[in-house]
Amino acid sequence: MLILQQEYLKKVKKKSFIILTLLVPLLFVGMFALIIFLSMHDDKQERTIAVYDESTLFLGELEPEGTTQFHFIPKVKYDTLRTNLKGSEFYAILFIPENVYSNNTAQIISEKQLPIDLIERIARRLSRFIENDKRQKVIDEAGIPDLDERLAETRTTVRVNTLKVSETGEARKSSSEVAFIASYAMGFIIYFFVFMYGASVMRSVMEEKKNRIVEVIISSVKPFQLMTGKIIGTALVGLTQVGIWVIVGLILLGVGQSFFTPESAGEMSQSLMESSQQMGSTVSQDMANNQVADILELVGNLNLPLILFSFLFYFLAGYLMYSSLLGAVGAAVDNEEDSQQMVFPITFPLILAIMILFPIARNPEGPIAFWGSIIPFTSPVAMLARVPYGVPTWELLLSMALLILATVGAIWAAAKIYKTGLLMYGKKVNLKELIKWLRYKN
Amino acid sequence: MELFSARNVNKVFATTRALTNVSISVKKQSIFGLLGPNGAGKTTLIRIINQITAPDEGELFLEGRKMRQADVAHIGYLPEERGLYKKMKVGEQAVYLAQLKGMSRKDAMQNLKKWFERFEMNDWWNKKVEELSKGMQQKVQFVTTVVHQPQLLIFDEPFSGFDPINANLLKREILRLRDEGATIIFSTHNMGSVEELCDHIALINKSVKIVDGPTNEIRQKYKSNVFEVKYKGNFGQVDSALGYRFKILEHTEDEKENKISIQYLNGGSNNELLQAIIPAAEIISFEEIIPSMNDVFIKAVQESNNPKIQKDE
Repeated sequence: MLILQQEYLKKVKKKSFIILTLLVPLLFVGMFALIIFLSMHDDKQERTIAVYDESTLFLGELEPEGTTQFHFIPKVKYDTLRTNLKGSEFYAILFIPENVYSNNTAQIISEKQLPIDLIERIARRLSRFIENDKRQKVIDEAGIPDLDERLAETRTTVRVNTLKVSETGEARKSSSEVAFIASYAMGFIIYFFVFMYGASVMRSVMEEKKNRIVEVIISSVKPFQLMTGKIIGTALVGLTQVGIWVIVGLILLGVGQSFFTPESAGEMSQSLMESSQQMGSTVSQDMANNQVADILELVGNLNLPLILFSFLFYFLAGYLMYSSLLGAVGAAVDNEEDSQQMVFPITFPLILAIMILFPIARNPEGPIAFWGSIIPFTSPVAMLARVPYGVPTWELLLSMALLILATVGAIWAAAKIYKTGLLMYGKKVNLKELIKWLRYKN
Repeated sequence: MELFSARNVNKVFATTRALTNVSISVKKQSIFGLLGPNGAGKTTLIRIINQITAPDEGELFLEGRKMRQADVAHIGYLPEERGLYKKMKVGEQAVYLAQLKGMSRKDAMQNLKKWFERFEMNDWWNKKVEELSKGMQQKVQFVTTVVHQPQLLIFDEPFSGFDPINANLLKREILRLRDEGATIIFSTHNMGSVEELCDHIALINKSVKIVDGPTNEIRQKYKSNVFEVKYKGNFGQVDSALGYRFKILEHTEDEKENKISIQYLNGGSNNELLQAIIPAAEIISFEEIIPSMNDVFIKAVQESNNPKIQKDE
């Protein structure tokens, strides 16, 4: 108990804890802001692209695209420019061949690779131009005056709302997108915490061993008590940290809500609508409002209590398993360098779990998802990624049971290694040695 | 009265025997020296007493009853390999360690203040351990070992790394703790401190206890009939007067007095020796040499390593 408190206070008081607690949310917000910022202000470079239009369809029709200007050039210039683009004032040459109408191909000749984005925009522009032109011809030929409008009306986008039938026969709306995001996020959070706090336990054990204070401590308490105190203390540090984030998040949400009154929400969907209209689609304000409501409903329709419960369960079990193993490594080795090579085999399943997280979130019923969420070493991450989609009860129970077994086993093994390793100095430990320690009676 | 005893303790590590049938008995309010060459098993025995490792066989008794895990609260242990949390403040850390031994926070603070006063280390309370010198850290370690007023104190190589001033302070404190009622077991290579401090010793060699008894008796037992005689007179006359029954180990001649070290072969009374010398020279002083702990240690270990040598002599 005392160790727990000590470990907790020691870590919470540390500057790094405070900094990390403050920094991580900022970092996340900052990261998103940066991504948005970059994607918005990405293409600032001023370019002039020379256009040689063999088809003469586009002459004078290409408006500047962002910061990119188009400049039409005659064939003679095109020929000279082609061989010596470098040193000219042009960034690239766009060659529209004569048969573009039938062939649907144009070329961009440049020295450097153009941003994919820009190429796509140019392509879209050319396509739309030709498409409109073709359509106009069809309309003219058909001789129906409002054909354009009527055709526009035929455009339809079907949204497929997924409904899931629960055991009680009740059909609920579900959304793969929301589940996808939730599953990915949760898998990642678990991974992050298990890794971070497991490593923290290991460092703490190693510090005690290196300082040689550990012999004094275990002459007062049993090694197992020391290990448990340390692990639980660190877990509480983690929960405190999450708690702070949740509270800060809620406060921010509260502050945010007072800004986003229903009217402002309306305004927001208004502006959303406008922007979507600009993009050429026809969405009514009603639909926009519906979408917001839909998302809220979908989030509500996720089985939140189950998700929360499994999050806590897999977090705790996964953390206990990995932190006890890492703690044992901390006790077995003498220095940081040796620990690295022992840590890798232990954390490998965890890294593997993160790697299969994406396939799992895409196909939560596939074999990767199944085995990943049953095998204890990956299940904390993998199963959690599946839970938002709904998992058969027996699979969930099997996975939990196996994880509990593995956790108990890991703690047992860790306790043995821990006890033996703590007072062992100057011995280079390998896996064989560790297995020998497991066989010791005391 | 006996405070602590270990009976027939055996301990085997994977391939090596650490302790073979070792029994010790420690009297209350005494200082018990646990001696032996490196790797003999001292530290293992000490760890067993501290309940850090369990013996394969054998039992431990404290105040006549079997020892339990909870008894570690009555033990103060200063390990050979010792350290402190480097980043923690001295006072905070001392309180924590005392609390681990079952003290309340308040009592711990009170006792610590006293000890910090005595060791003149009051201003260290809020310093981080890493800011202290090694000698200072050792004082802190000593204080944290004794602060919970344990009945039984165990020091493993307490003097290693201490400068002479601190070593003296430590000796003084150990003696004072004994006088105040504590019982002390300590292991050391420093034979000088054994002579000064220990009431009783046990010597372990290669996992087996080879010598056990009160310090004085053991030194008596290991004496080899060596005498130092100071005299006025001629060395040659003394030499011839002694004859074949005595062996002269060394002699020095000086203007004031001559000195001679004699080993008395085949026993006999001290008077015989005196009678042999008196006719040859004027005796100034006559003293039987009691072997130092150092000699006892070396002799005992050598004998146990090569039992033959003894017989051949």
